[in-house]
Amino acid sequence: MPLRRIRRRTTVRTSGAHRRRTATIAVASALALTALAACGTSSSDGDSDRDNSANAANAAAPLDPKAKVTLTIDCMPPAAEKAELKQWKEDVKAFNKKYPNVTLKGKQTDPCLEPPRFTAMLKAKSQPDVFYTYFTDLQQVLDNDGAQDISAYVNDKSIPALKDMDPHVLDVLKKDGKTYGLPYSNYTMGLLINRKLFKKAGLDPNSPPTTWAEVRTAAKKIAALGDGVSGFGEYSAGNNGGWHFTATTYGLGGDIVSDDGTKAAFNNATGKRIVDNLKAMRWDDNSMGKTQLLKWGDLQKQMASDKLGMFLAAPDDITYMVQNLGAKYDDFGMGPIPGQKATLFGGNDYMIKKGSSPDQIKAAIAWINFKFLSVGKGQFDWARSKADGLPVGLPQPNFWTGESKAKDDKARAASSTMPVENFQAFTDKPVTGKAEPPKAQEVYKVLDTLMSAVLTNKDADADKLLKTAEQQVNQVLANQ
Amino acid sequence: MSAPTLSKRKARPSAPTDSRAARPEPGAFRQALKRNLTAHAFLIGALLCFSLFSWYPMVREFILAFQKTENGETVWAGWSNLTYIFNDPAFWQAWRNTLLFTALALVLGFAVPFAIALILNEFRHGRGYLRLLVYLPVMLPPVASVLLFKYFYDPGYGLFNRILESVGLPGQAWLQDTDTAMLSVVVAATWMNMGGATLIYLAALQSIPGELYEAAELDGAGVFRRIWHVTIPQTRLILSLMLLLQIIATMQVFVEPFLLTGGAGPEGATLTVVHLIYQYAFTFNNYGSAAALGLVLLVLLAGFSAAYARLSRAGSED
Repeated sequence: MPLRRIRRRTTVRTSGAHRRRTATIAVASALALTALAACGTSSSDGDSDRDNSANAANAAAPLDPKAKVTLTIDCMPPAAEKAELKQWKEDVKAFNKKYPNVTLKGKQTDPCLEPPRFTAMLKAKSQPDVFYTYFTDLQQVLDNDGAQDISAYVNDKSIPALKDMDPHVLDVLKKDGKTYGLPYSNYTMGLLINRKLFKKAGLDPNSPPTTWAEVRTAAKKIAALGDGVSGFGEYSAGNNGGWHFTATTYGLGGDIVSDDGTKAAFNNATGKRIVDNLKAMRWDDNSMGKTQLLKWGDLQKQMASDKLGMFLAAPDDITYMVQNLGAKYDDFGMGPIPGQKATLFGGNDYMIKKGSSPDQIKAAIAWINFKFLSVGKGQFDWARSKADGLPVGLPQPNFWTGESKAKDDKARAASSTMPVENFQAFTDKPVTGKAEPPKAQEVYKVLDTLMSAVLTNKDADADKLLKTAEQQVNQVLANQ
Repeated sequence: MSAPTLSKRKARPSAPTDSRAARPEPGAFRQALKRNLTAHAFLIGALLCFSLFSWYPMVREFILAFQKTENGETVWAGWSNLTYIFNDPAFWQAWRNTLLFTALALVLGFAVPFAIALILNEFRHGRGYLRLLVYLPVMLPPVASVLLFKYFYDPGYGLFNRILESVGLPGQAWLQDTDTAMLSVVVAATWMNMGGATLIYLAALQSIPGELYEAAELDGAGVFRRIWHVTIPQTRLILSLMLLLQIIATMQVFVEPFLLTGGAGPEGATLTVVHLIYQYAFTFNNYGSAAALGLVLLVLLAGFSAAYARLSRAGSED
């Protein structure tokens, strides 16, 4: 699961009295757990088998502009995001010039995806016709029979840039050879640095550390600045610790789960190296700060307020810090994940609701192609984004290869609103992306305990921690 | 207000002894319904709301505990959800932590408000102001209170460590130490919630007749003997009820650990049962197991609730 899944506002309303407070939780839990089972309403008409009867030839043909179609679409930008909303409306208008009979009804949700709401929506089958998911949601969506197999509809005619799309990204949206989604954005993890602190500590911000030994050395120097500054930050709560342990393991060429997905694969020299290194930075070097049990949002706050030098992240963390925490793009840079053997990757995509009619599927793909998958148009119209005051220059989304990549990189650089050279170390050495392990969240929960132990317990025994985590992950993988 | 006199009680019409005489006239029910139409309309609204948002979800949860989703189909899962939760390495840890929280919360959250109520009860002036002061934390939004404690407990720049260090004592890890994490959570939870309990105890204390204390004083009883022989026996029922209510409430703790330590805490030291339910449902998308664990918790709490109901009845018969 991408970390951004955790990025959500958790509103817990309680009263002061224990009794009322717990009653609220109890009722909320009961409601949340059980209302899900209630039947939802579908915005599409047609049953789930109708699409299967559509013959391949018809499916492969592009949408007839005369076809009358109405679609509900997830994640129309909220009113607060004025520029994005303006672009959305402009794109709908432009799309309707070509397809005047397609009515697009955007659904404004902010944030786009909240796991509890998303899972409830799937259970109730109340997702929009074109709904937004994370790459890691595919199995969950399929378990709930929520998405349409669009393999027959996806081709060079419906998506002209298909041949230039990163196959790794497309593969994530496939199951058993069938395509269920189309990408909207993607990310790979790297090392995010605070350039200001790097300079202050006498380090070169244009050459971020590329090995853990270098990270440790840099972290020591940054922490030596004092005034509550930490050199390196790491998560150890909310399953985020396990998520980062996984990313670190991938960087060093290791794995979390065996190839067949039945056994833990991290209790080895690589795992020990990671734990020992974290322990050394936290306790021997004191370069990670005393405050631990951090989860998504905590490290960003520290870095945005110039109290943290480095942490593992995806480029969109920078956007979050700029848009929500008042930071400046110029102050950040990125390097590849230490080790560079592989890196955790993820992203977001659109799926089409199961039971949609062939025309709805075609219209949905036509819209996704226009808005999200056309170089120079929609989300890739960088000149327009710059004119609208939106940030341009982050190394994501970046799922193009070949000619499309060259064209998009050029256009992005031409309209850049930030110093793209700050990310050169990250973009110049693209690291192969690797998907999350099976039962990711349950595995992360176990690894969270390992991470919290090493970062809060000076006497933590690396071997014992890894062995316990291994046993528990094996149990999780066996427990179906 | 004085109690009704004997003559007034006698004036009431006696209940009919003949069963035929007790039978309502034909159409009486319909007439009664018509007479109280507005009241019944209000009642129907409330019943509908309860049915839809309270009772129906409970029934659904029970059903859900024995179901799972496979390829979009809901199928009966038998005992597999229960097997799953019992095989989860976090299951027993969550129970241990929850019971530890309950035990600590009872020691602190039960004794402290009672002690404060005893002290407040001794004040003759400014009692209203002090009551407000005690109740104030309850009026703060829990999230704000938790954030406050997060700052207090922070091992780097937190208030508690600054105080300790200012008097030459070493700082503590508080929430980040497996030995002190749960206790730290309990202290925060007690501070946040003790206002309500204190006011209830205070009300109970103020209902104790003053003559009893006077008699005890005449017999030469000191403060502690008066508390032991007068106060505690006189408030026994309310103390028992509050004890049960607190057990029921603390067994369902979620907010404080969730916000203070992210839920699990250091090495899972603050992972609670309700947090595990939350994780099953909203992180693992495993509603069946979440419902099954909810059911286990429900069975346990139902026992306490039954005890509470018995005590309530006993109290009303006293």
